[in-house]
Amino acid sequence: MTDFSTANRSMPPPPSRMRRTGGVKRALLRWLLFAGLGVFALFYLMPLFVMLTTSLKSLEEIRTGSLVALPRTVTFDAWHTAWSQACSGIKCEGLRPYFMNSVLIAVPAVAISTMIGALNGYVVAHWRFRGANIIFSLMLFGCFIPFQVVLLPMARMLGLMGLAGTIPGLIFVHVIYGIGFTTLFFRNYYVSVPGELVKAAKVDGAGFLRIFWSIFLPLSLPIFVVTIIWQFTQIWNDFLFGVSFSQAGTQPVTVALNNIVNSTTGVKEYNVDMAAAIIAALPTLLVYVVAGKYFIRGLTAGSVKG
Amino acid sequence: MPPILDIRNLYKSYGTTEILKDINVTIEPGDFLVLVGPSGCGKSTLLNCIAGLEDISGGAIHIGGQDMTDVAPKDRNIAMVFQSYALYPTMTVAKNITFGMKVRGVDQATQDHKLAEVARQLQIEPLLSRKPAQLSGGQRQRVAMGRALVRDPKLFLFDEPLSNLDAKLRVEMRTEIKKLHHNLGASMVYVTHDQIEALTLATKIVVMKGGVIQQIGTPSEIYNRPANLFVADFMGSPSMNLIPARTQRMGETTQIEIARPDGPPLVLQDTRRPDLPADIILGLRPEDIGAPGFRQGPLVQTSPCRVDVVEPAGADTYIVAHLGGKEVTARFHAETEAQPGSPLEFAFDLTKAAYFAPNSGERLN
Repeated sequence: MTDFSTANRSMPPPPSRMRRTGGVKRALLRWLLFAGLGVFALFYLMPLFVMLTTSLKSLEEIRTGSLVALPRTVTFDAWHTAWSQACSGIKCEGLRPYFMNSVLIAVPAVAISTMIGALNGYVVAHWRFRGANIIFSLMLFGCFIPFQVVLLPMARMLGLMGLAGTIPGLIFVHVIYGIGFTTLFFRNYYVSVPGELVKAAKVDGAGFLRIFWSIFLPLSLPIFVVTIIWQFTQIWNDFLFGVSFSQAGTQPVTVALNNIVNSTTGVKEYNVDMAAAIIAALPTLLVYVVAGKYFIRGLTAGSVKG
Repeated sequence: MPPILDIRNLYKSYGTTEILKDINVTIEPGDFLVLVGPSGCGKSTLLNCIAGLEDISGGAIHIGGQDMTDVAPKDRNIAMVFQSYALYPTMTVAKNITFGMKVRGVDQATQDHKLAEVARQLQIEPLLSRKPAQLSGGQRQRVAMGRALVRDPKLFLFDEPLSNLDAKLRVEMRTEIKKLHHNLGASMVYVTHDQIEALTLATKIVVMKGGVIQQIGTPSEIYNRPANLFVADFMGSPSMNLIPARTQRMGETTQIEIARPDGPPLVLQDTRRPDLPADIILGLRPEDIGAPGFRQGPLVQTSPCRVDVVEPAGADTYIVAHLGGKEVTARFHAETEAQPGSPLEFAFDLTKAAYFAPNSGERLN
């Protein structure tokens, strides 16, 4: 992209009339392109804009005003209600406890599945054993199994393990379903690490874990960031497992959001619904903003030059 | 004193593919053994087997008199330098060099002392705090050597350590490795596909092909008395002329007849009367063919041949002629006035001639 624009800039001014009309044509096309992209961007941002403005309006203003208008008076009442007072079913304690549930589920599940994925990827890439390919293929296959298929067997499993309806149960499910992806990520990253590094470390006397700890982990920041973003987004946004394997008190924020929006009686509090939705989406946004730079870098740069 | 390395009847196979077949090699303390052969000949696999990085399927490996066949690489008292240098990318040069000692639990004072000593020896003191990515190829090479040197091992293993360097640096490092070998008096095993590297560095060469040892010998034995057609062709640059010929024992001599495209066959006499079959392949190095008078002796004979190509190479000029259906290269003085297409007197010196059986490729004399 940058090459393109600098090449244009360094070009001498067009000498003939013919060239100039060509330049005009190109500029016009460029403007059309940008205009088109702008429209798409607006289209994409519109819902967020409506959500944000609506969440800052009072119910009165929502009823009387236009959907796309800016709030006349900004009020954070709806946010306050959504966080600590909104009712889901019979309880009226807002999103806060469920938000905490999600944190309690997502943080350990992300950490465990990422660590296991890193170790798995290291083994599959550099400690080949008989059947390594089959095991890796099966793990890949696991990435593509639709979640609906496993709901019933998993519910039975959790019941047998005594984890049904608990937060550890949800952590377990998310770890299991994350390992396929995390292993794939780390394996693809680690295959670009030259095998001679492992050999050199073996000759130096380092063992399996020492090599992983001293040589592979220090190289792995970009892929850790990619995996953590991916896993956190998946687990935080999960609704299906959350609604299937939880019970009152252990539901994650996505399920609570659904309950709040769907179980209001009487007047629909759009501003509270919007604020709740934004609150529920905030952590994934935040993770991406903080670590997004590494996300792109980690996806594109895999190779490790000595 | 037991041999520093003793490989007995070593076999290595992956599944049903045999990579190494019945390898027997012994080296004495202070030897510089070079494993040489075309890519895929199994030389690197053999080195990995010596290091213990690959399990072997049969046979035994003794290092310093001890059976090391089933011993882990770290306990074999070896150090290895890799083709890609294999420097740990996140560690500084100093940490790279001391990593092995750290893993083995060597105390800090000894580590510092050894690091300083090796850094001085290899002149890499200014680089110690840098990361491998900030080093040039030659510097990385030195660090990789440093990592091997601090170990002070019984046996050094080198896996094509110079093949990633440019031509000039390669020659410099080659000399440096030779110096190092001389100063340390250490025993080394060195893998390369470059036959010049093999000839310049080795005290003993093992030529391999297809997982089988073709010949073991000193550089001069390998060069002057190749055991078969493969060794003759592989070692030496430009390579040995291998000319199909017919032979006949006539009185006091064995006559060697080589077909020429124009005119009667070229006939050479070997007065040593070797007993040869009718069809042979005559092996003559380019430096054994030259201008008349380039050498004196009973086995030097001259004959005119038509010049095909003239290739000046600085100090010498190589002249190519067609003999026995092959291109035959001869080494002439740089000042030769040979012209392509015109006849020229060639002198053939059969003193070092090798005769090979065309089918088996084995040497006959």
